[in-house]
Amino acid sequence: MTDDMADVVREFLGESRENLDQIDLDLVALENSPEDGSIVARIFRAIHTVKGTCGFLGFTRLEAVSHAGENVLSALRDEEIAPTPMMTTVLLAMVDVIRGLLTQIETTGEEGQGDYSVLIEQLTMLYRGGTPALGSDAAPAPATAAPEPPAAAPEPTPVAAPLPPVAAPTPAAPPLLSPAAAPAHEAAPAAESPAGETSIRVDVALLDKLMNLVGELVLARNQILQLTGRTGDATVISATQALNLITSELQEGVMKTRMQPIGNIWNKFPRVVRDLARSCDKRVELVMEGESTELDKTLIEAIKDPLTHLVRNAVDHGIELPDRRVAAGKPAQGRLLLRAFHEGGQVNIEVTDDGAGLDAERIRDKAIERGLLTVDQAARMTEREMFRLIFLPGFSTAPKITNVSGRGVGMDVVRTNIERIGGTIDLQGTKGAGTTIKIKIPLTLAIIPALVVASGDNRYAIPQASLLELIRLEGEEAVTAVEMLYGTPVYRLRGKLLPLVYLGDALGQPAPAGLGDPAGGDPPREPEVHIVVLRADDRQFGLVVESVHDTEEIVVKPLGKHLKGVPVFAGATIMGDGKVALILDVLGLAKRSRVIAESQERARLDHAVAVATVDGDDQQTMLLFRSPDDGRMAIPLSRVARLEEFPRTMLERVGHELLVQYRGEIMPVVELASLVPERRTAPRAAATPATPAPDDTGPVQVVVFSHDGAHIGLVVEQILDIVEDSLANPRPPGRPGVLGAVVIAGRVTELLDVEAVLRRAQPGAAWAEASAAAAADELATREAGHGA
Amino acid sequence: MAREQFCTFFVRGLFLGLEVTCIQEVIRYQPLTVVPLTPPVIAGLMNLRGQIVTAIDLRHRLGLPPRGADERPINVVVRTPDGAVSLLVDEIGDVIEVGDDSFERPPETLTDDARALIRGAYKLKGRLLLVLDAARTLDSEAAN
Repeated sequence: MTDDMADVVREFLGESRENLDQIDLDLVALENSPEDGSIVARIFRAIHTVKGTCGFLGFTRLEAVSHAGENVLSALRDEEIAPTPMMTTVLLAMVDVIRGLLTQIETTGEEGQGDYSVLIEQLTMLYRGGTPALGSDAAPAPATAAPEPPAAAPEPTPVAAPLPPVAAPTPAAPPLLSPAAAPAHEAAPAAESPAGETSIRVDVALLDKLMNLVGELVLARNQILQLTGRTGDATVISATQALNLITSELQEGVMKTRMQPIGNIWNKFPRVVRDLARSCDKRVELVMEGESTELDKTLIEAIKDPLTHLVRNAVDHGIELPDRRVAAGKPAQGRLLLRAFHEGGQVNIEVTDDGAGLDAERIRDKAIERGLLTVDQAARMTEREMFRLIFLPGFSTAPKITNVSGRGVGMDVVRTNIERIGGTIDLQGTKGAGTTIKIKIPLTLAIIPALVVASGDNRYAIPQASLLELIRLEGEEAVTAVEMLYGTPVYRLRGKLLPLVYLGDALGQPAPAGLGDPAGGDPPREPEVHIVVLRADDRQFGLVVESVHDTEEIVVKPLGKHLKGVPVFAGATIMGDGKVALILDVLGLAKRSRVIAESQERARLDHAVAVATVDGDDQQTMLLFRSPDDGRMAIPLSRVARLEEFPRTMLERVGHELLVQYRGEIMPVVELASLVPERRTAPRAAATPATPAPDDTGPVQVVVFSHDGAHIGLVVEQILDIVEDSLANPRPPGRPGVLGAVVIAGRVTELLDVEAVLRRAQPGAAWAEASAAAAADELATREAGHGA
Repeated sequence: MAREQFCTFFVRGLFLGLEVTCIQEVIRYQPLTVVPLTPPVIAGLMNLRGQIVTAIDLRHRLGLPPRGADERPINVVVRTPDGAVSLLVDEIGDVIEVGDDSFERPPETLTDDARALIRGAYKLKGRLLLVLDAARTLDSEAAN
């Protein structure tokens, strides 16, 4: 018997035992209320199931017995015969026989050689005995259920010759059954592991509750651990250690109850692949490895759709048509491999096809075509970076839209779904040889290991899954190793620049003195710098924290609805001392700190920043846009939080202010034209057709600045490009609102005074004034520097 | 005449009340974990027997000047469909029973801030009990 078969049989045994137990109860209940048709129907269904399954599994004896019983029950159900106590006895005997057979099958795998012809005959007789004669006799029987043998004996008498053998068994039913029943009864206590007793069905809600309780226990354990750390009492310490171990085991055990094999969702893929391959005229063999890899039920649900999408993609886009495969020297039948395994506390899932692979050039061309990349940027990208472009929203390389895929919604959704559950997705491929998509997801979400760090008076937990490494800079290094790149602190991590985010800054709390001076003059003054290197998306950044505590198992608790809108927190947890600590959402934090920009601008911005970073700090990355009078203007990209597009109708005028609803807040918007006095004369304006009149309904492009958690938008005519250039030899400003003019990308470009925008949006705000002064100083410094 | 029970408390001299039925418990000052990037009305998070509860500063909610650094607020934990929320008050009063014949809607002259939250007043002997609208007081949108 194969393993699969064994599984099926085991399931059959368990299920049948449950059914038989129910039949036992129902048969007895039927005796008490013989007129209840629903009981008969229930017994019939149960025995019918047993019969059907054992027929399928090839247990002929079992099938014969249950078939005979089913006949009786079917007649009963159809009211062709009426229930009698004798009938109940025989049916109960049948249940015992079936039970015995099940035990036999369980212990030996075979039905054995028992002879059940007598029982079958009895059952058959009952079935055939559904004659008026039997019926009329049976009528009084239920009323006097006890004196059964005497009533039973004469009953079949008029029916037929086989009376003696039938009459005998009734009072002596147990002995008759002994051939089968005896071994059964002996086997049961000996083996004591019938499948029916080793597995039970449990409500998922109960498991969830248990999981919560274990979470509480873990918290209490953490508290106890912390308390005993302070005492020297050996007995307390050893008791705590025991508690510690037991809690960990219990946690593991309860977590296991929620685990399901990934095969549960994979088992629909053979059909999916077959149907899809057929409709594309392809031949695909689906191979699955590691179906028994287990992960939390909620995660199983969460990866179902993304995985289905990937499988469909692989068949539709990955694997080629048979003739093309043969032409490429591959077997006509494509191979799709699904693989799952545990590694380092995570579940790895791989979807591999041996199809055409990803075409980096096609991806690049597509990205350029869609304006996600400039030709120049594309030329500098590595193949792997190009592959990752397919995870951008709206990206599809499918040459034609099929009903399966190629609509441009897909991989970004897959990625979002995977990342939502704390997973990562990566893609490898060789042109012509196939693609492998690797997914890593955590085993569970409820209790996670996390690093606890501190900033200000608060502690924060960082999920270990996004943690790459810890760096501690001491003494001289702490002063020199953090460098400033036009206001952006960076650290050279093994020769590559790692952008740094100060946790205090990112959370809008005042940074320690000396940090974040945009002129790059003052490095941080602390004697120690702790950098937590994190991965968000496919990007790394360093989070500078005040101190690093321990790693701990934390229980993730959701935040109340008042705090749902804060994207940098993933939840909260209770620490060993009973205080609440917030769990950082690394992705949200990265987005907030502009380590990763949002939406389609991501590739443009990030790449531009990366290029600028590599080229050294003489160069600056500037955002170029058209000024109202058809000139060019620029602002340092580092000042820009985001680039957005709003329908013009979304801009609302309230009093003297122009406002737009943005991410659940009201963002003041400043129009560039209102900020910078018009320079050109009317005739020239008329002669310049280049600037299209702003459409009243069309979208407007908005540069979003952020400061202290507030956003301010600047409406510009048109965003032109992002370039890096040195701001050499600035010319003094020609009009208010402008810091000066420089040559950028071969054209004279005015540098917009960002602070003027911010001042305009929030008149009198102290921070705007202050930073304006700083910016003016900074430009003066630069001017002086370049002049020298 | 219907009678109703109110849990009463004081916030900067105001005598306020909430229906007793919506109060889960009243507990003394608890250390709060401040949540950065949230509006000031959110005082922080506290650990209520393993449950994480958001605390809302009622002084701020009512547009009153903040509490002094040495004054410790008391938590009035309110049941809501989305879990418990704590309101920080200055002092706790008694549970009192009042008849609805002494109830009156707030006067038109009440400031906008307070009007939105105060359902009305019970005219007690010597003082007025202002009844808060629990749902509005805890409304996250408005609070933000």
